[in-house]
This record gives sequence, structure tokens and C-alpha cells, in this order.
Amino acid sequence: MPKLTINGMEIEVERGTSILQAAEQLGVEIPRFCYHDKLSVPANCRMCLVEVEGGPPKPVASCAMACGDNMVVKTDSPMVQKARKGVMEMLLINHPLDCPICDQGGECDLQDQAVGYGFDRSRFYENKRAVTDKELGPLIKTSMNRCINCTRCVRFAEEIAGTPVLGQLNRGEDAEISTFIDELVKTELSGNLIDVCPVGALTSKPYAFKARPWELRKTETIDVHDAIGANIRIDVRGREVMRILPRLHEDVNEEWLGDRSRFSYDGLNNARLDRPYIRDAESGKLKEASWDEAFAFIAQGLKGLKGEEIAGLVGDLADLESVIALKDLFKRLGSPHMDCRTDGARFDTSNRAGYLFNSTIAGIEQADSILLIGTNPRWEAALINARIRKVINERRIPVGVVGEAADLTYKYHHVGDTLAELEKMVAEHKGKAKTERPLWIIGSGVFAREDGAAVHRRLYELAEEMGVVRTDENGSWNGFNVLHRAASRVGALDAGFVPQDGGRDFSEIIQGTKDGSVKALYLLGADEFDVRGQVGWKTFVIYQGHHGDAGAARADVILPGAAYTEKNGIYINTEGRVQYARKGSSPPGEAREDWKILRALSDALSDQLPYDTHAQLRARIFEQFPHMAQEDTILPADWSAFGAAGKISGEGFKNPLSDYYLTNAICRASATMQSCSTAFLGDRSLAEAAE
Amino acid sequence: MKKRFELNADYQPAHFEFSKNNKKLCEQLIALYPAGRQQSAVMPLLDLAQRQVGEEGAGLNPPVGGWIPRAAMDHIAEILDMPPVKVYEVATFYSMYNTAPVGKYLIQVCTTTPCWLCNSDAIVQTCKKHLGIGLGETTKNGQFTLMEVECLGACVNAPMVQINDDYYEDLTPETMQEMLDLMAENMAPRTGSQKGRRDSMALTGPTTLKDLAKKIGVA
Repeated sequence: MPKLTINGMEIEVERGTSILQAAEQLGVEIPRFCYHDKLSVPANCRMCLVEVEGGPPKPVASCAMACGDNMVVKTDSPMVQKARKGVMEMLLINHPLDCPICDQGGECDLQDQAVGYGFDRSRFYENKRAVTDKELGPLIKTSMNRCINCTRCVRFAEEIAGTPVLGQLNRGEDAEISTFIDELVKTELSGNLIDVCPVGALTSKPYAFKARPWELRKTETIDVHDAIGANIRIDVRGREVMRILPRLHEDVNEEWLGDRSRFSYDGLNNARLDRPYIRDAESGKLKEASWDEAFAFIAQGLKGLKGEEIAGLVGDLADLESVIALKDLFKRLGSPHMDCRTDGARFDTSNRAGYLFNSTIAGIEQADSILLIGTNPRWEAALINARIRKVINERRIPVGVVGEAADLTYKYHHVGDTLAELEKMVAEHKGKAKTERPLWIIGSGVFAREDGAAVHRRLYELAEEMGVVRTDENGSWNGFNVLHRAASRVGALDAGFVPQDGGRDFSEIIQGTKDGSVKALYLLGADEFDVRGQVGWKTFVIYQGHHGDAGAARADVILPGAAYTEKNGIYINTEGRVQYARKGSSPPGEAREDWKILRALSDALSDQLPYDTHAQLRARIFEQFPHMAQEDTILPADWSAFGAAGKISGEGFKNPLSDYYLTNAICRASATMQSCSTAFLGDRSLAEAAE
Repeated sequence: MKKRFELNADYQPAHFEFSKNNKKLCEQLIALYPAGRQQSAVMPLLDLAQRQVGEEGAGLNPPVGGWIPRAAMDHIAEILDMPPVKVYEVATFYSMYNTAPVGKYLIQVCTTTPCWLCNSDAIVQTCKKHLGIGLGETTKNGQFTLMEVECLGACVNAPMVQINDDYYEDLTPETMQEMLDLMAENMAPRTGSQKGRRDSMALTGPTTLKDLAKKIGVA
């Protein structure tokens, strides 16, 4: 392990650590543009020059120079300062002085470092070069004059996103970043290009000219557009969300964020439910109402109904507080009919190991083979796909797919479409598997069929046979992973929002609404099924949620709730990680936080729910489910049998998503997501329509 | 300066494929590199494509010199299993790859200091006047393209030009004009020094190591 001195401070670092990384460990700041700790090192911006005593008699690019024993590094000597000034002057030769109209202004690396390390004037009197702007689709705005050719975007697109469509063409003064063949950057991670760009060359199109960073109120919270629970920061002005950025969390999203999570925020202002509505008995139309009227209407609608005639469904975006409040309310009403699996999945919910992403997301990096079963992680959880790609890039591990084949940005072996093919593969590999840590990622969509529980049991058996879960002298490994698509799902499952004793599951509830045995249905943000088409016409439907989407369209009474940016809530991600979302703005109009609505409704229906404040509700949750009190931790699940034996049909696994961009009510209300869907997937949906 | 690479220009052909002979050559070139490192063959393959276009283009009317169409780059990307943009990066970086059509005779006049001191300006002027084109332009009949380049490493016989693969050195406006006349008739001028100099020997013959020179018969 080399030992070296940086600015008089001694440090011992791992072999292969660069000087820049070592300096970072010491808290010594070295300016940089091209270096990014998640990307490869090209060493082309030359901003990170340092002086190495006894080394070559010239400044050294610290990002690409490995630490050597007994090196004496100076990061602030006159030579270094002069070198930095020179590099900065050179970078600014062709950089336009348009900071006042640049969206990066105020959070620009070039701006900051020019002030910090630059020369105070230019000696360049010739014309600056001009570079044509590129068209990168509805999300990224380009202003290529500002580009300093650091190639971070090129490396990100190639290494992380797996869509190598950016490149640096020509050379010298003519060098420019370009896409090929007018091709859009077709990746779910394109928004990260904006983050990695150190200048204003790539900026957000929807956010263009909207706000300056210093006017925004920043709230650190959790994303709900998939079940990963990416850590995000929402920037709010007034009550409007102006933009969403990722936060660093190495075990969840690293520092990336999917486009759906980043750009769908304009949907928070469209099609919002901002006051209660009740359906007019005569005209059959929804009319505006006050909260009291709505509650009275519900009490009227539920009057005389037995507990067994009421059912409840929880949608994809619900926070845990409201789920538990709804469960408490249903207990009071005496109804056992509740389910959170509105995609119709029928997996066994009694064993946590059966529905968690057991290896954890960071655990993917330990796997030595990966099998994807009935899932397209690129669409269902783009960041998990990026993680898989990262492992493949590092170690070239084998990847197999059972189910529909899709472009996943890496090469894989397509085993087959059906469970039978998987069985065959397991039988072939049994006993002679060379992998120590096989990892299975099972899309929650594979259980959304008649024989879901039997498939669940069979997968358990196969995983046992294959040695996907093991405990031996090398420690334990659980590679059995279920990949959910909804942020609320694991939380609701952990909280037991599933059919109680004698209760009906999702499809039985829907059946019940048709044959009249379920007379009232409570939808807590449940929009992800064809509510209008499937729910029986006589059923009294109560919809509580924040968007006028599928659920609200069929509802007899609408209670306007808060979206995820507008409430404090607990979310548990697909790996079982407990995370707390924080309120960044307030719900529009009359809309209220969801647990408050349920608490107020309980007044009108039965005896009050026993909590008056959010803190009391949380205290009750933590008492009942102690693991939810531990923020950012995962309660590991014990491995034991799950599922139910039964007949399995020979049907192939289908990927549940047909569109990455329009997966929930917020996305569907977002103009940005709509235009992405047309721009990136337009050809595909047209082709499908033609079929 | 060489012409910029334009992805979707009118002149880009829709299709490119290596000829039978060149396909074999491609395989040989790829086999030079370890398995899985076939991408290393990108530069020789680009060169091969440029030569093929040049050979095929020589007989056309108007004739076309060697250049690499985008279709060829895409084809090479496919052969080598690499993203097309990576091929474009290589092709646009190196000045000896032509990414836009050129004339049958690509005249690259060196104007760097040693040639310039030996009056390369006169050579450039002769070309311009005689061909009626400016730097970076192609004659209407597709016979000539004129380009200014940096040092080609033949300073000892300055001034010089490179035409396609050959060097023509010790030029004067008169010899340059003669050469252009010959090439206009599709005849090949003598390569090397136009003053009868052998290699880079002094004009008057060997000045040192005379015995040795006599022995190997160059004096």
C-alpha cells in the first residue's frame, strides 16, 4: 500500500488509487471537469494538474496518475496555480460568455472553478468557434458552443446507460460531441447526462429558463415511480415542483435517476383532484362538494352494508401511513377484503422472503451469474438494469433471460419463454453449476396469472435446487429476488394489506363487484387497472387519490389526496429498505394528506381512528412493525417455503410494461412523459397498433 | 482543410459492401488481432474501404477519388461489432481518411515552414490558377481536389506535394504545371524528385562516403 504526502499530510491508500482520489480522502480539493468517479478516466481536461516532487518536471494530471510510494504531492504550489490558470484560460477561449442566459448558471462547475482558479482576463482576441446544436429529444437541450469537450456524456452513454450513440467527432479546434444518425439518446437514464455535464452544454429542456438554483427550496425525499425508491431532491418554488434531481445513495441509486422519476414532475400540476366530488344521482355526473358533503355521501353509501360487502384496494403510489390507516378503518368496518396487488399478482404474501429483493440492490454486484425471469429491468427498474450492466462490464458474468426477450443494453442468453424451459435449464445445471452466487431477478409480473401461487412455489423449489439461496462456511447468500414495480407494494405487503381471514384477493374482489357480493369498493390511489371496465356497475366506488385518472373516472365519490412530494410518508422499496419521504410542497386546493382524510372519514363512519397527529400515527406503526422505525435499513427475511402447490400452465412469461414513460397517474398527466413516449417509443406503439 | 463529415449529405451512398477480394483481406486483417479484440482492425479496414471506393471511382464519369462513405463506416462497425459512432470518431480524427468525396487526384500541398521557405506559395498559386479551384475544392470534372496540409516529412526536398499515395518533390511552378497536365490526361508523372535527385541525396551526387556509394552503385 503506497504511502504518500499531499500538501504535507501523510496518507496511505489502496494500490491503484489516483492522486485525485487520495486528495479527496484527505479533504483536499482538486478542481476537475472530465473526471467523474463513476466513469472511466480519460484525463483530457487537464484541470486537475498537481505538482509531484521528484517526479517529472511538469504538472501531472492527478486523476490519471496512480499514487506511488513516497510521492510528495503539492496541490497549491505556484506551479500548480499557474498551470490551472493556463488550463482555465484555454477552456474559456471558446466558451461563450452567456452565463446570464445559461440554465447552468449558479451551479456550473466551469463558472465556479473559473472564479476559484481562473485567470482574471482573456488574451484571446480572435473569433470564438461556433458549434451546431444537436437534437437529443424532448428531455435534453443542447447548447454545444458551451461544450468544453470533457466527454463525460460520451462515457456515461457508453458505460452506464449502454447506448453508445454519442461520440467526439473531428479533432483539434473542430472537435465536437455529436450523436450519430440524428439518433435520439434512447435510454431511460438520459437525464443523467444533464447531471454529468459540468457546463451548460446539456441542460434540461422542460426546466429551461424556469428558475435559478438559488430561488428553489430543496427537499430531500424518495422517488415513487418504481419500486427502487431512488433518493431524490425536489426543488420547489412556491408550491410548484420545478425539477427533481437524484441524491447520492450508493446502495440504491448510486447517483443516477431514471427519466420517468426525473421528468414527470409537470404531471403534478396537471389533472389534479383539488376538491372532493360526488356523483350526482340524477345526472350521473361528478359535481363539486365539500368535505362534509363527501363524508356524508360515503356514510350514506355504506349505510346498512355488512363488513363483508366492502372491499379495499391500494394503488402503486400510496404511502405506508395511509395504507395502515385504511387497514385500521377496514378493521373497524369489519371487512377482511383488502389487497394491494392491483396488478393481479397472486404470490404468497405470508413469507417476506417470497416477495423481497433479497440480495439487495447493491448485492447484485456480488453475483456471479444473473437470471432474469419474466422481467424487463430496463423498463421496470432502470437503475437495477444499470447496476446489472455495471457488473457485466466489470466481470463479464453470464446473464440469462426467461420470458420475453428485450433490448437490455447488454448481451444475454435467452433461455426460453416458459417456466418449463427454466425447469429444463435447472435440471441440466443441477449439481454442476459453476456459480457460487447465482442471482435470480423475478419480475412481479410472472405472478399475475391464474396459477401465480403455484408459479411462486415452483420458483422456490427451483431456486432451492439451483442453490440460489445458501448458507455455508463462506457466509450466506440469498439470490432470490422479486422485482416489484410499485413503490407502495412492499410497504403494503409488510403492513399486511392483503386478504385477511376469509378475505378476497384482487381478482376475487373484482369478481365480487360484478356478482354483487361486494357492494362498496374503496380505492386508495388504485389506477393501474381498468377500473371503469372491470368494476361492476352497481358497486359504490370511493376513490381517494391525487390524479383524475382511471380510478377517479369510475368513482362515485372522490376524496382528493396528496402526491408523493406533498406529504411525509414511509415507503419501503423492493429490497425491503425503509425510507422516509418528506414533504416538499403542499397539496393543491382542498386536497389533504391521505392519512388525515382517512382519519376524518373514520369519524363519519365508525369510531375514530386512534391518532390525531402524524407522530401518533407513526408511533402506532412503529409499535406494530418495529422494523419500519429504522430509516434506511433492511430487515432481512428468513428463507422458508412459500407459494402453494398447484397446476402450472405452459404459458410464457410476458413483460408487464408496454411503455416505460406512462406507468402511473403522475406520468400519464405529464406532458413531458407523453412527448417522450411519442418521441422514443412512437414507432413501436404505431407498429403495435398496426398489428 | 479537409471537408467535414456530414452524416446525411446527398452524396452519401445508401449502401456499401467490400468486394470479394477485400472481404478476404478484411478477414486477414482481423485475424492479426487477438480474438475479442477485433475492433483494433478498424483503421486498416477504413483504409481498405477508402481504397476500394477510389479504385471503383477511377473508372466513373466524373471520376471519384478514395473516400469513406458513411455506409462503409456502418458496414465496418457491423463487421467489427462496435458502435457506429466509434468508427466515425476514428475516421474523423485522422486526416488521411477522407470522409467526403474527393477528386481522382487528391493534391495535398505542404505549406509548413521548410516548404514555405522554399516557395511553396508558388506551388499553391500554380495549382489554383491552373485548376481554377481554391484550397479544399474539387474541379468540376472530378479530376482534382486541392488541399493544404501540414508537414509531410519530406522537408529535405522541399517544396513538395502528395498526390494520392505518392510524393512529388523539388517542385517548381513549371514542373508542377507539367505534372498537372499529365494527370489531366490520366498519365502518371514520375514520382519523387522532379529535379532528378536520387532519394534525399545532394543534387550534385554523394558528398560523403563516396567510396561506399560507388560500391553500391549510386554515384
